[in-house]
Amino acid sequence: MRQNYAFLDENSKKEIRRKTLKAIAIPGYQVPFASRELPIARGWGTGGLQLTLSLAGQSDTVKVIDQGSDESVNAVNIRKLIQDTTGVPDTIHTDAATLIQSRHRIPEVPLKPYQILVLQVPMPEPLRPVEPQERVTKMLHADKEYSGAWLRLFEQIMNYDSITEDADYPVLVEGRYVMAPSPIPRFDNPKMDNNDGLILLGAGREKKICALPPYTKVKSLAFEDYPFEVESFDDVICRQSGLTGVYMDELIDEETGETYYQTNDTSYMQEAMNREGSVK
Amino acid sequence: MSTHDNIALSVRGAGKFYGDRCNYCRNENNPLNNNICPYCRTVFAVDDVSFDLYKGEILGIVGESGSGKSTLMKMLYFDQERSAGEYYITGYAEGVPNVFTLSSQHRREIQNEILGMVYQNPVYGLKMDFSSMSNIAEKLIAAGSRNVGEMTAAGDHFLDKVNIPLDRKFEPPENFSGGMQQRVQIAKALSNYPPILLLDEVTTGLDVSVQADVLELIKEIQRELGISMIVVSHDLAIIRMLCDRTMVMLNGSVAEAGITDQILEDPKHHYTQQLVYSIL
Ligand SMILES: Nc1ncnc2c1ncn2[C@@H]1O[C@H](COP(=O)(O)OP(=O)(O)OP(=O)(O)O)[C@@H](O)[C@H]1O
Ligand SMILES: [Mg+2]
Ligand SMILES: [Zn+2]
Repeated sequence: MRQNYAFLDENSKKEIRRKTLKAIAIPGYQVPFASRELPIARGWGTGGLQLTLSLAGQSDTVKVIDQGSDESVNAVNIRKLIQDTTGVPDTIHTDAATLIQSRHRIPEVPLKPYQILVLQVPMPEPLRPVEPQERVTKMLHADKEYSGAWLRLFEQIMNYDSITEDADYPVLVEGRYVMAPSPIPRFDNPKMDNNDGLILLGAGREKKICALPPYTKVKSLAFEDYPFEVESFDDVICRQSGLTGVYMDELIDEETGETYYQTNDTSYMQEAMNREGSVK
Repeated sequence: MSTHDNIALSVRGAGKFYGDRCNYCRNENNPLNNNICPYCRTVFAVDDVSFDLYKGEILGIVGESGSGKSTLMKMLYFDQERSAGEYYITGYAEGVPNVFTLSSQHRREIQNEILGMVYQNPVYGLKMDFSSMSNIAEKLIAAGSRNVGEMTAAGDHFLDKVNIPLDRKFEPPENFSGGMQQRVQIAKALSNYPPILLLDEVTTGLDVSVQADVLELIKEIQRELGISMIVVSHDLAIIRMLCDRTMVMLNGSVAEAGITDQILEDPKHHYTQQLVYSIL
């Protein structure tokens, strides 16, 4: 049997694109879609992958990252599936990509107007931790009743005197819908606000698509006296590259037992080191 | 409708039916089998109930199990859709619209800003695994507060008022006794000073001594804050202690209404007579 271009049949891709358009028209709103089976298991990025497959055209260049890395097994597998079924070229350079699929990070290089970032989402419903029923959360969104999302943050302040949510920190989109941005670090939240590119969020298991069209207002929830703060990396230096002020992983040197920091966005780090090298 | 200066809310012809009703039971002159249509089995949980609640008064609703007390309260708090009738709240849009027919967003606004509800079972009114302080904040967040300091100050004030030791304010209600849970629920319902408070059998299932505490608290709140209240009970002793006026419900309808002392001393309806003489 001949393999279909981009794995999915044309009708499936069309349906996904149609739902994506709807999501773009209602920023931050979760649009249900008929999530397809893929040769990777649900919960491993199938929502993002379906978006990518529905969008990848002959003129695209694809980049796939997992927690900042182009070389992790997941990223490699997803990239391979996209390439095998579409033949589109791939890159690790954020600037050179037109279509970027990512898990847990927004790249350090700001998106360009011609770029689409596809985020993989395990749990798209920001109210789920306080309300288990989908029927109810739908009504809460309709009524713009987001006390539950605020209450979670309030409870963290009561228990720890600060908001402890450091990934998937809820945002208010265009003053209307509260959205779960997928488990990106808080550090990446401000990148969504008024950004130049298109951000799409796909949840395969939960069958939902969300979108942030370019220049959408995206505000992290915060209280007047407990403002939103990102993790600060201004005082730490990447051991490998000397970079500072970018999102870093805290690692432990097995030999010395020392804690050190390393830039999480590996392609960004490489580019920075190459530039450094060419100057020298 | 009436926009009398002294009226907090008015209900006219309120009904809640479970079932589709048939030609027989649509004619209100035809007798029902208690509150059930003998032909189509439609349950008339609340049937043609009309009354006014005056500002600053405590109105009692008494009646046997299944007489429709809780259903009526849930309708007034918008927990349940009404099947028939009108409902006017003087503190909302000058009492002009029939608030039963408002959009759910507007009804939620009334629920959050004008009404407080204390349920018979604290499970419905509280998030048992969130701190007591957060439970109180939930009401304030819903009413629009985004200031942690203000909310914790209000929480301290009302928890203290209901005699919850402040060193336990960060504990979740699931750690508390039934009486304490009920007092947290009252503190929550009061926290944004709603002009109208609905209390459904708040002392049922509590020890007699704890009951007395909670009743004393309700009286005190009414005296101090001048909140208008509806108190549901099937215990005439409680009604006698708390309520200026009383409404006796039977099979979803109002059997008799008037000044509490008059009803208890000189009941007109034979059902009320049975009720009164059985406990005297
Ligand atoms: N979902 C439902 N379907 C059919 N009938 C219902 C439903 N819910 C409630 N009822 C009926 O409505 C009537 C009123 O019930 P409600 O709970 O309001 O009574 P109540 O006066 O609060 O009783 P109690 O003193 O036991 O709390 C009862 O006959 C009950 O069986
Ligand atoms: Mg009841
Ligand atoms: Zn009938």
